[in-house]
Amino acid sequence: MRRVPWAPLVVVAALLVPAVGSRFYTFLANDVIIWALFATSLNLLVGYTGLVSFGHAAYFGIGAYTTGILMKKLGVPFLLAFPAAGVLAGAFALLFGLFCVRLTRIYFAMLTLAFAQIVWAICFKWNEVTGGEQGMPEVPYPDLAWMGALPLVRDLRTSDHFYLVTVVLVALCLWILHRVVRSPFGRMLTTIRENAERAEFIGVHVRRYELAAFVLAGAFAGLAGGLFGIFNRGVFPDFAYWTKSSEVLIMTLLGGMGTFYGPSVGALALILLNQQIVSYTEYWPFVLGTILVVLLFGFPGGLGGALELLGRRLWRPRRA
Amino acid sequence: MFLFLIAAGLSLIFGVLRVLNFAHGTFYMLGAYATYQLVQWMGVSGGRFWLTALGGALVVAALGGLIERFLFRRLYGKDELYQLLFTYALALILSDAAKMLWGTQQKSVSRPPELTGALHVFGAIIPHYNLFIILLGPAIALAFWVVLQRTRVGRYIRAAALDRETLGALGVNVDALYTWVFVLASFLGGLGGALISPMRATTPGMDTEVIVEAFVVVVIGGLGSFWGTFLGALIYGQVLSFGILFFPRFSIFAVFALMAAVLIVRPWGLLGRPLR
Repeated sequence: MRRVPWAPLVVVAALLVPAVGSRFYTFLANDVIIWALFATSLNLLVGYTGLVSFGHAAYFGIGAYTTGILMKKLGVPFLLAFPAAGVLAGAFALLFGLFCVRLTRIYFAMLTLAFAQIVWAICFKWNEVTGGEQGMPEVPYPDLAWMGALPLVRDLRTSDHFYLVTVVLVALCLWILHRVVRSPFGRMLTTIRENAERAEFIGVHVRRYELAAFVLAGAFAGLAGGLFGIFNRGVFPDFAYWTKSSEVLIMTLLGGMGTFYGPSVGALALILLNQQIVSYTEYWPFVLGTILVVLLFGFPGGLGGALELLGRRLWRPRRA
Repeated sequence: MFLFLIAAGLSLIFGVLRVLNFAHGTFYMLGAYATYQLVQWMGVSGGRFWLTALGGALVVAALGGLIERFLFRRLYGKDELYQLLFTYALALILSDAAKMLWGTQQKSVSRPPELTGALHVFGAIIPHYNLFIILLGPAIALAFWVVLQRTRVGRYIRAAALDRETLGALGVNVDALYTWVFVLASFLGGLGGALISPMRATTPGMDTEVIVEAFVVVVIGGLGSFWGTFLGALIYGQVLSFGILFFPRFSIFAVFALMAAVLIVRPWGLLGRPLR
């Protein structure tokens, strides 16, 4: 089978958006790309390891606050503040994960939710550091003056420059995640999802693997959060609220769990749909809920699964 | 105390159906809205408030039954994630439907005339209505407990919580039983909303707030455990109020920390039983 290099093509296409699209499309694309990273990081847990986290927004929020605080209050350059988001979110994921992975299924989900709500409560109330209920507006853009010196992108706005940085960083993160999933480590996660007991039998330290997946997912969610805080020009406590966790879970499901690019597709579909629908009705949650119901009953594999099914139906007659 | 009503419904559904019902908070909100609507039509005087509250709860119960019968039933035996997300989708749809019907304005119901007075205790003023709710909570808890322990349906429900296949094999119509469990749980949620409507303003968004609170209560007390839920509601109330008294800024934090601590030490809750 001929392999189309889809991934590089998508990255190139994404990089071209500011050049061909309007400011609005760049904004939209930026939104999609950050959410894609967030959803993919969750998929590492839900799709590959079979751990349903209901508090993934916690790490997103931690990342956003880390980058936001470092850049706004301490004037730390983006180059340091961005990885710090991943490190701190990963550290919290390690701390929380130590407790979470000891529980199974529904209790795991509940505990991740509890931790996420703790994070949210802290962000909501700790006025001195997080700005409390008001959040922290006006997170500065990173210093991207050097991009003005580059050819091609010289004339673009700062927001476009930041967009390009986002594309590159997210592509890098996704590439790393892809490597992780395809590595022996990633295979082992899938084994744990399919049959944790058997994995234990063949000598796998299941909890340690789950914890590692949890930390990785948390760290990448943190990175996504760090980017989002800057993109959104502010960090607010509801980044860590449980409704955010369910939103990203829906994206993952919509795109298809367990397929690597599914969550990204889900992020794209959901955000575009949101834009379209919000423009003529205020009842977006209603539509979202309906989509979700249809999805759950009709296409449990998500969009990715549905496409795959469609593909198989289309292809089979030719082969036969 | 009203939190207990809501949490009891949540706990009931979890105990029997093994599903966390995100839509439960929405049932609570719908109960409040339905009561408001009925009050608009009938007024509150002459004991009509009780009719409207009951009516509101019944409407919600009927809705819950229909949803279980026609939609939720198909998801049994599927991944928990699907069930969870379905209830979440339901919450989104219903709360938006409520917004369409009643708008985003706050709605308030006046207290029933029988209970508009207030009691003066040690300088504090406690409205009769609040007092009534405080007394009603345990009363409903007791009634509910009697139903669960002493009646045939209660026995079936408890049996279904333990082992649904065996119960089905013994000739009990488990499907119908589940529907009734859902109806009963929705009724409790709706009743919670209906009774709270004279005390708090009914607004969109009250559902997402309350569902998290109810989760905390149920988790602390023990998922599926009846007295656990009662205990959980009491603890939650105490922690929240004393938290507000002593460290006003960290009371919410304390509540969730408590929830996490309980989950870590005894994931099945203070009075719950471990699953299987």
